[in-house]
Amino acid sequence: MKHALRFVLTLAATVAVTGAVTGVAQAAEAVGEPIAPKHVEFSFEGPFGTFDRAALQRGFQVYKEVCSACHSLDRVAFHSLSDEGGPGFTEAQVKAIAASYRINAEPNDQGEIFDANGERLKRPGIPADHFPAPFANEKAARVANGGALPPDLSLITKALEGGPARVYSIITGFGEKPPAGFHVLDGKYYNPYFASWNISMPPPLVDGSVTYSDGTQATVDQEAHDVVTFLEWAAEPKMEERKRVGFGVMAFLLLLSGLLYLSYRKVWKDAH
Amino acid sequence: MTSTTAPDATRRDFLHIATGAVGAVGVAAAAWPFINQMNPSASVLALSSTEVDLTPVQEGQQIVVMWRSKPVFIRRRTAAEIAAAKAVKLSDLPDPLARNANLAADAPATDANREIKPEWLVLVGICTHLGCIPLDNQGDFGGYLCPCHGSEYDTAGRIRRGPAPENLYIPPYNFLNDTKIKIG
Amino acid sequence: MSGPSTYTPQTGFARWLDTRLPIMRFVHDTATTFPTPRNLNVWYTFGGILMFCLAVQILSGIVLAMHYVPNADLAFTSVDNIMRDVNYGWMLRYMHANGASMFFLAVYIHMFRGLYYGSYKAPREVLWILGVIIYLLMMATAFFGYVLPWGQMSFWGATVITNLFTSLDQIIPGVGTGIAHWLWGGFAVGDPTLNRFFSLHYLLPFVIAGVVGLHIWALHVPGNNNPLGIDVKGPQDTVSFHPYYTVKDAFYLSLFVIVFAVLVFYAPDFVGNPDNYTPANPLVTPPHIVPEWYLLPFYAMLRAIPQKLLGVLVLFGAILTLAFIPWLDTSKVRSSRFRPLMKQAFWVLVLDAILLGYLGSKEPQAVWHLGVADVPLLWVARIATLYYFAFFWVIMPVLGWIEKTKPLPDSIAKSVLGKSSATAPAE
Repeated sequence: MKHALRFVLTLAATVAVTGAVTGVAQAAEAVGEPIAPKHVEFSFEGPFGTFDRAALQRGFQVYKEVCSACHSLDRVAFHSLSDEGGPGFTEAQVKAIAASYRINAEPNDQGEIFDANGERLKRPGIPADHFPAPFANEKAARVANGGALPPDLSLITKALEGGPARVYSIITGFGEKPPAGFHVLDGKYYNPYFASWNISMPPPLVDGSVTYSDGTQATVDQEAHDVVTFLEWAAEPKMEERKRVGFGVMAFLLLLSGLLYLSYRKVWKDAH
Repeated sequence: MTSTTAPDATRRDFLHIATGAVGAVGVAAAAWPFINQMNPSASVLALSSTEVDLTPVQEGQQIVVMWRSKPVFIRRRTAAEIAAAKAVKLSDLPDPLARNANLAADAPATDANREIKPEWLVLVGICTHLGCIPLDNQGDFGGYLCPCHGSEYDTAGRIRRGPAPENLYIPPYNFLNDTKIKIG
Repeated sequence: MSGPSTYTPQTGFARWLDTRLPIMRFVHDTATTFPTPRNLNVWYTFGGILMFCLAVQILSGIVLAMHYVPNADLAFTSVDNIMRDVNYGWMLRYMHANGASMFFLAVYIHMFRGLYYGSYKAPREVLWILGVIIYLLMMATAFFGYVLPWGQMSFWGATVITNLFTSLDQIIPGVGTGIAHWLWGGFAVGDPTLNRFFSLHYLLPFVIAGVVGLHIWALHVPGNNNPLGIDVKGPQDTVSFHPYYTVKDAFYLSLFVIVFAVLVFYAPDFVGNPDNYTPANPLVTPPHIVPEWYLLPFYAMLRAIPQKLLGVLVLFGAILTLAFIPWLDTSKVRSSRFRPLMKQAFWVLVLDAILLGYLGSKEPQAVWHLGVADVPLLWVARIATLYYFAFFWVIMPVLGWIEKTKPLPDSIAKSVLGKSSATAPAE
């Protein structure tokens, strides 16, 4: 028993040390190093955490009405909005959401992809389509945003050190006074939660940026909380399934190791 | 003393059997995702049904749409084509079954069993012989001719002459309204 | 030593097969009746655990390869497709990524076990060297594999490591760059590089499996070492591998799998780097380029040396040093249980390795702010690297000459049976 304990403790200690080693604890005093993210709680945290469905739907509304003007969500397909563990729209609602978007159409029978006015031919979306990007390509996105490229948001909560709390901190981290002597670049904003502390994005949210259909009061904190919940789902649509399967696996493994321990002791009983 | 040998194999030891059984269940449960990952993924399943707008199709005209990576012929039949199909005796058909996914497997190949509305013929455009794509408005029966080995189909897509063993398949579909169908 | 085979086929079919392909006999002799020292402790279960890890990586890798596309424009998206759309794809991907970490965790424990108990000493030198070869192959496989998702860290990690070859230009001008271009299939890491890394990543695990076969063969010639480091004197010192060690290995494997499952299901990105969730961009260098944790100690050594070519030589030297260990250790005593000085030096080495790993994760210019002074981590890394080499090239040979070892027990059986209260012989 004490050997088993030593075994698990060694493995766990190594994993913990590894995490501590690889987890980059940024020095707060280094100029330009993003400071620690704000403390914020989400319903999906922890081994039993799940997504708050209402928050996902509100967050989707924030993405749609505020963020999607500049930020694409390329990797998310409309049909996933009705998947289990997600915002919980019905298939009919998803069909309507998809149809409300204009998707680049295939060449028409004349082999054209532009109409008489030079506009790109479009068709209504179907559930199998992905969210269309606001700009045709990277260069067009940069031209529209003063040379900066608004990143795609499909994986943003996994792509930044600090995860969802980091994304929340960045979008609510404007308005603080920069430290004495720090130079805020032209056309940029001071945001200590962002790498280099100079961010091209203006503060994206104000109170009442959206009017929530469920009547929830749309403060900046609420909007940020909801959109980050939505973005975490966009990055990890299988999170609830993962934790659910994980629970079953852990229960099974505890049972199996218990039985194996008893078998092991029984086999070795006569050997010493 | 001599080294201990394995315990007597005939001694049924409940604990070890229970452990082995639980382990085997675990292996089987672990194997399932490895097998299931080969099944069509969500992005493939999202394309498992297609909606088609019928308004652009003129009488006597056919369009081809892709459904589950297969070509589907959607033909707006003329009155003459409908009449010709209805006039065929079942005993003249090499394949007497309707091959219609919307009906029971043993439904006979009457013209009525080959479509939902007589004006609209919806067929999987793959020859039932060896998989080539038949050409429309050709062949002696007013329907389709397969260029590969000469199978000829009539105005209801039923095989009449040639090596193909079965009528062209009717995919599962339904009318969402008068001008739109959903295939699959 | 196992002696002549005691296998007798029980059925007609078994007799028929035995004269044509004696596979049942082989399994019987090597895995069922194989005499194994009766005092093997928990640290000896990691060989079996490693075989499990290899199987998991191969199986999960093969199914992932059914969906992965090794093209620079499509690779990242194909992995994202696996995570979102492939049935249980998220689980297979997390198993493979975290399985690699568990594989290295197990191999480091396995290697340190071998160091501590002197398992590399005669007559097991070839066994040890085969192990070093397996370790090298593992590092290459993991390096190629990490490039495949084509994230920022994939691309830039590949760029940094393959650029090491250009240091050879200092010896013969042009040779290093030529080799780098040959490796890349171009003038920088790109699509041709990705494609060939995929091919090699698929190939090498099967090479590892082959060398593992040799490794186990080399083990079975003299038989296992044991925590006392003394030879098996007779059948009273051993038990049959089955059921004693099959059940013991299975139990500790289940504990190992629990830790693995916690990672896969509850902390799947814990040991990973967020930068790899951003698609590779050859025009944007991430602020901190770091390899995966299991390569960090060597990364720290590389960066500790200011000169490029020397740094590369130190890096390769650190790994090649391992192959010389059977001859560097001059002690007549195998197990550190009876070597009080070696025991201390060993644990310092363990801490040194962890320290090097930590240092490898920091920026090169980082400092420790200790009340009185600022200590540049670069100097800590240099001292830690020095200890690493000193342990093998200085401490090991010298201790063998000067160390006063503790007296060894007479036999394994006496040591084991003397501990238990029962004096009746085992049967």
